[in-house]
This record gives sequence, structure tokens and C-alpha cells, in this order.
Amino acid sequence: MIEVQRLTKCYGPITAIRDVSFSVAPGEIVGFLGPNGAGKSTTMRILACFMPASSGTARVAGHDVFAESLEVRRRIGYLPENVPLYGDLRVAPYLDFVAEVKGVGRAERRRRVAEVMERCLITDVQHRLIGRLSKGYRQRVGLAQAILGDPEVLILDEPTIGLDPKQITEIRSLIKSLAGRHTVILSTHILPEVSMVCDGVVIINKGSIVAQGPIDTLVDQFFPTARVEVEIAGPSAAVHAGMRAIPGVVAVQGVTVTDSAGRYVVEAARGRDVRAEIFALASQQRWRLLELRQVGTTLEEVFMRVVAGEEEVGP
Amino acid sequence: MRVWPIFKKEMRLYFTSPVAYAILLVFTVVMGLFFYLQFSTFAMASMQGMMNPMMARELNVSDAVMRPLFFNTLSVILFLFLMPVITMRLFAEERRSGTLELLLTYPVRDGAVLAGKYLAALALYVVMLGLTLVYVAMMVYFARVEWGALLTLYLGLALMGAAFLAIGTFASSVTENQIVAALITGVILLGFWIVGWFSDSVGGAAGRVLSHFSIPERMDSLSKGVLDTRDIVYFVNLTALALFLSLKSLEARRWKG
Repeated sequence: MIEVQRLTKCYGPITAIRDVSFSVAPGEIVGFLGPNGAGKSTTMRILACFMPASSGTARVAGHDVFAESLEVRRRIGYLPENVPLYGDLRVAPYLDFVAEVKGVGRAERRRRVAEVMERCLITDVQHRLIGRLSKGYRQRVGLAQAILGDPEVLILDEPTIGLDPKQITEIRSLIKSLAGRHTVILSTHILPEVSMVCDGVVIINKGSIVAQGPIDTLVDQFFPTARVEVEIAGPSAAVHAGMRAIPGVVAVQGVTVTDSAGRYVVEAARGRDVRAEIFALASQQRWRLLELRQVGTTLEEVFMRVVAGEEEVGP
Repeated sequence: MRVWPIFKKEMRLYFTSPVAYAILLVFTVVMGLFFYLQFSTFAMASMQGMMNPMMARELNVSDAVMRPLFFNTLSVILFLFLMPVITMRLFAEERRSGTLELLLTYPVRDGAVLAGKYLAALALYVVMLGLTLVYVAMMVYFARVEWGALLTLYLGLALMGAAFLAIGTFASSVTENQIVAALITGVILLGFWIVGWFSDSVGGAAGRVLSHFSIPERMDSLSKGVLDTRDIVYFVNLTALALFLSLKSLEARRWKG
């Protein structure tokens, strides 16, 4: 649905993005991640046909964003960063305007606007001036204008920034409900959000893509081991050696270790659960096992490793 | 071309914010005052004219009331002041608040956005001019009116306004600051207004060029009832040029760089 190939954008001497390539399948929700200034907004602006790339191509729903901009714009809903809205207009007339500009016929408009307000939970503020709304409501109005006209592709730039936790949850479930019906690309730097909402991620750093793919694949790729965190009171050298000797264990790292006790991270081949063996080892040696738990690898860790390491990795 | 929704939105913005009301209020109050002054002076002159038939022949409402109404120094200043206020918001405000980014990613052509906005400004101006028809109606009641001169006067005002608003639209499209947009417009309009003053002192071909661009000279003949295609073509060209430049400045972001 979205195909981006070797996209490069320069602002004068500054290169905002370089050779960015990725693709998004129909119905998929893809998270576009990266630190501030990595080039997320630039890429999204190009996809939304606001400005052209310096080189490379981007196709949305089969149309080139530069050559067939109007065709692309008929098929996208875009929510820019900071949610620019007309503060002097009221919510319902504003959405009516958006629907009309998007080519929704007069007869259908009222129904479509009402439906979108219902979905975004803004029906109760429809007669208020947008400028007087709280940040959370403004964000929802922004989302409402994006999904108005039922576009195939939604491009959402930081849809949950600046919201309180309750609003974030609401917006998130709203975005989740869009899956299947729309193809969504959303940028964010709230990583747990991506794990909850997205099917796949594209991680961009300093203008280049550093990792992309389904979240599980990325986790496997960057963290090929399963990890267990252990706290044991016992002679540290012996504990270390004992755990290292368990079959399948690839590494044992001491987190905080003193002579008589220590906290370790034990890495084993993925799929191997070494907890039972660690327990057996401890009881056999009469060490006191204080804690034993499996550590799941989060997207956050992948992100930190990828962004800090800057290693180029294919899909 | 989806000009109509843009036009409607702009009109709504004019009238939900105090801008349009402020413009209309200032304009009608000041023009009403001028009209009162001109018309009462004319009434005095008419009464004297009853004693003096030679003088009475010189008297007509177009020359004595309508032209001074629009072209006395103060109303010219009012015009040069109000026209930039009508247009300054059009693009500058949208650029500043970021709404332009959203607007230009809707399935509308840049030209339709420009047309909708420009026509909204023009509509507000037409309303403004329309309000002065009240004075015309009063004159028709009290005096004999030369319809031809009146018609060309209003045609001239409309053409001049169209050009001024196009220039203002262009100025608004190059900046994200409304005040800067208004200042640019004001300076350009003032330039067109006073350029003729220098034509005599410059003289020769350059002087003729200067006087060609002078707006008061164009308006002078139109307001007297002289319908010269050159004047019409001049204003139409000026409008078209300014709108063309506005479109280019909107499209500039799409230039590859």
C-alpha cells in the first residue's frame, strides 16, 4: 500500500533523510520510530504530498506522490505533528468543510461527519470553538479530520503526543480500531505504544533506516537469547561458573555482585528455559535463591540498541 | 476545482472572528461621515446655484459628491489601510498555525485554494462597496444622478479593489506574519498610488512609464465616466500578475530541493 524507495530529502546543505526505503502492506499498522530530528516528520510530509523528495520515489496506493499527487491525496488522511486546526471554527462546521474539500457529497456529508464524531468521541463538543478545546479534544478532532472520507491510508504524525494517560489509551484504542479498514503509518517515540498498537515497525535514526520488520522478528534479530534474571546468595565465583555450565547458557552477566551474593542476567538460546536448572543448581549447592524471573525483551531495548549501535540491518 | 468549500470556509473565518465586522464598521462609519460632509456641501452649493445659474450648470453629484467621497485624501488613506487588513490573514495565518500544511494535503489544487481565498476577500470588499450604495440611493432621492459616471466609478472601484486584493494575497503568501504581510501590501499599494507624482519631474519615456503605472490617473478617468479599455486591461493585468505570483509562491514548496 505504501512503497518508499531510496527517498532522500535535503534542506539546503542539511540532509534530513537519506536513502529511506520501506513498504507497508494493506491493512497493516506500522510504527515509525526514531529519536527527535531523525526524519520521521520529513518522511511523512513527503508521503502526504506536502513537499517533494530531493530524490527517490514514494508510492501510496499505487500512485506516485509527486507525479500523481492529487490521486494520492484522495486516498490519504493526514494528521500533522502539533495538530494544526482552525481555532476560530466550531468543530462540526470544520469537519463539514473537511468533508466537502475531500469530495464527500452534500447528501452524505452530515451523516459522515456525525459518524466520524461518534467514532472519535467528540460529538459532545461539536458546537464548540476548536480554539477553546483541550489538547485531548483537539487531538481527536485532528484524528477525525484524518479519517473523514474513509481514506485507504492514514498518516499520523505523533497522534498521542501531549496527552494524559487516559487520553492516550483512548486514542490508542481508536487507532487500533482502524486496523484492517485502513493502512496506518504512525510516528511516535512512546515505544510501549508501538508494541501495543502496531504490527510492524520502521526505525529511523539520523535520516537513515536502521531496522524494520515485525516486532517479534526484530526482537529475535537483535536479542537472539532468552534472558533470566537471578539473585542468589552464595559464593559469587562458584555461582557464576555453575550457571555458565548449564547447557544452553551463552552468557552470564553480573548486575550487582558482592562476594557472598549477586544479581545476574543469564542468557540462553531462545526457546530454552533454564529457570528449572538454575533452581536445581541452587538447591543442590545450598545457595539461597532470592529471585528468579524471566526477562522479556521489549521494543525499547531493541530501539536503544539499534539507535545507539547504528548498525544497518535489512528487513 | 473545489473552490466553493474553500470560499465558504474563508467567509466563515472572516465572520466568526471580528475582522470582517471591524473592517465594515470602520469603513461605513468613516465613509458615512465623508458622505455627510460632501453632500451637505453640495446642498449648500446647490442653494447658491439657485441664485446663480452659471454656477448651477457646473454642479453635478458625480463630481461634487461621489468622486470626492472616494478620492479625498482621507478616504484614499482609509483604502490603503483597510485593503491590506482584508488580505493579510489569508495565507500568513495558515502558514503560522500550520493549517496550510493540512489544507494543501487535501485533494484540492493549489489554484483552487488560492481562488477560494481570493474570492472570499473580494466578496468582503464587494460587501464593503455595496454598503456605500445606501448613499447612492439617498442621492437618487434628492438629486439627479448621472448613471453612466456612477457605473464607471463603481466599475473602477471594483477593478482597483480586485488588483489591490490580489497584491495583498500575494504579500500574505510570502510570509507567515500577518503584520509583515499587511506592511508589504501597504508599501506596494502606496507605491502604485504615488508613482505618478514623480512622472513630471522625471519626464521623458521614464516619466510616461511611471504615469502608466499610476493608479490615481486610471481612477480619475474611470470616475469621470470615461470607459477606456486601457484602464480596464491595466487593472486586469495587475490582478492576474499578482495572482500568478501568489500561485507560484504557493507552489514553491513543491520545487525539488
